[in-house]
Amino acid sequence: MITKRIIPCLDVKNGRVVKGKNFTGLADVDSPVKLAEYYSTNNADELVFYDITASSEERKIFTNILKETAKKVFIPLTVGGGIEKVEDFDRVLKCGADKVSVNSGAIKNKNLIKEASRIYGSQCVVLSVDVKRVDGKFKVFSKGGRENTDMDAIEWIKTCVNDGAGEVVVNSIDTDGVKKGFDIELLKLVNAAVNVPVIASGGAGSIEDFINLYKEIPTIDASLAASIFHYKEISINDLKLRLKSENISVRI
Amino acid sequence: MIAIIDYGVGNLFSLKSSLDYIGVESIITNDKSEILKADKIILPGVGAFRDAIKKLADLGLDIVIKEEANKNKPILGICLGMQLLFDVSYEFGIYKGLSLIPGEIKPLKDVTNSLKIPHMGWNKLIFNKNSSLFKYIKDGDYVYFVHSFYGKTNSEFVSSYTEYGTPLTASCEYKNVYGTQFHPEKSGDAGLNILKAFSELE
Repeated sequence: MITKRIIPCLDVKNGRVVKGKNFTGLADVDSPVKLAEYYSTNNADELVFYDITASSEERKIFTNILKETAKKVFIPLTVGGGIEKVEDFDRVLKCGADKVSVNSGAIKNKNLIKEASRIYGSQCVVLSVDVKRVDGKFKVFSKGGRENTDMDAIEWIKTCVNDGAGEVVVNSIDTDGVKKGFDIELLKLVNAAVNVPVIASGGAGSIEDFINLYKEIPTIDASLAASIFHYKEISINDLKLRLKSENISVRI
Repeated sequence: MIAIIDYGVGNLFSLKSSLDYIGVESIITNDKSEILKADKIILPGVGAFRDAIKKLADLGLDIVIKEEANKNKPILGICLGMQLLFDVSYEFGIYKGLSLIPGEIKPLKDVTNSLKIPHMGWNKLIFNKNSSLFKYIKDGDYVYFVHSFYGKTNSEFVSSYTEYGTPLTASCEYKNVYGTQFHPEKSGDAGLNILKAFSELE
């Protein structure tokens, strides 16, 4: 049976990993290449690189880092951040990315997912969506969670999957950073609405939170987290051993 | 020297990097003379069967690959590259493949019931027979899959299965022609070890 994926997310700014400062056991603690190598040899199932730069100068640094990483890391690499046109897909895929995640870019350019999936295939196009409750309704937020688009989250996700998104990362703004668990209510709705893999993001604070996610939603595919892995609050090995002991299928 | 066939589809960078990493010489090429010179061929690929087989034919590479296969040169097809080696595909119509492995490419949705498609993620290899590609790996190792169609072939050509609602062809071989539905270049150590074993074939 297919295993539940555990995915660390690395925010990369100006060539360094942000949030990686307290990472122990590594000489160069905030080098994306070193961290990626560390994770890939320590049972991470996939890696997400998130480019949080603005200038084209910094973007060049990012793609160089991606290339360096892809030369040494042989698990799937997803790249997100600043993907607004098909040319952006091309730029990161040539540097070794396997999947490209789009968020605000898909909101701004409603044809992006359609075009990209036609050229590169659905398996390459990941929809990333930031969701927050507004008056009891799930709304899509853009620009890193700062702007309410007023779009219904479930409808938006369904539209994107119909257009060709092959996977959906659901970031709950409400649970993000709170460390009290994933947003089960939201994730259940999304997972029931689409038939492509769904990745939970936002809210993991302990191993129990992961166990709870996979028990509550047995068909959810993967979970993504950043700081709890970077700060070594949880090691992926320990997490997977616990999941396995709870009869949740993982790759160890 | 391994020739990685470049026909404009797929993440060739990772495949080349993984061969570099294990110290195996390779070249990304669509040049016939380079392919003839190489002692092995890898046919990669992602995307749709129809577009890929057309691109191969436009470059005249379908004939080159078939000729080289008939000269007993080891050939490895990866993911869509494996599917192209089959007789026929039913993805978005009916399209003829290279007929180097007997069998057909069919939609996963017909056999996996309500499971999610694509079949994406790490799944277990269940060995079906001895394969020289398995020299450095063991039954039950995990590899990375991403696909919506699968290869249906005679069990005697299937070297390993994986379980996704039903047993699916994970790897297959016919004479000197090999295929993996999964991505060895994305499957960590297990994948690198499969590429290493392929590179050592006589």
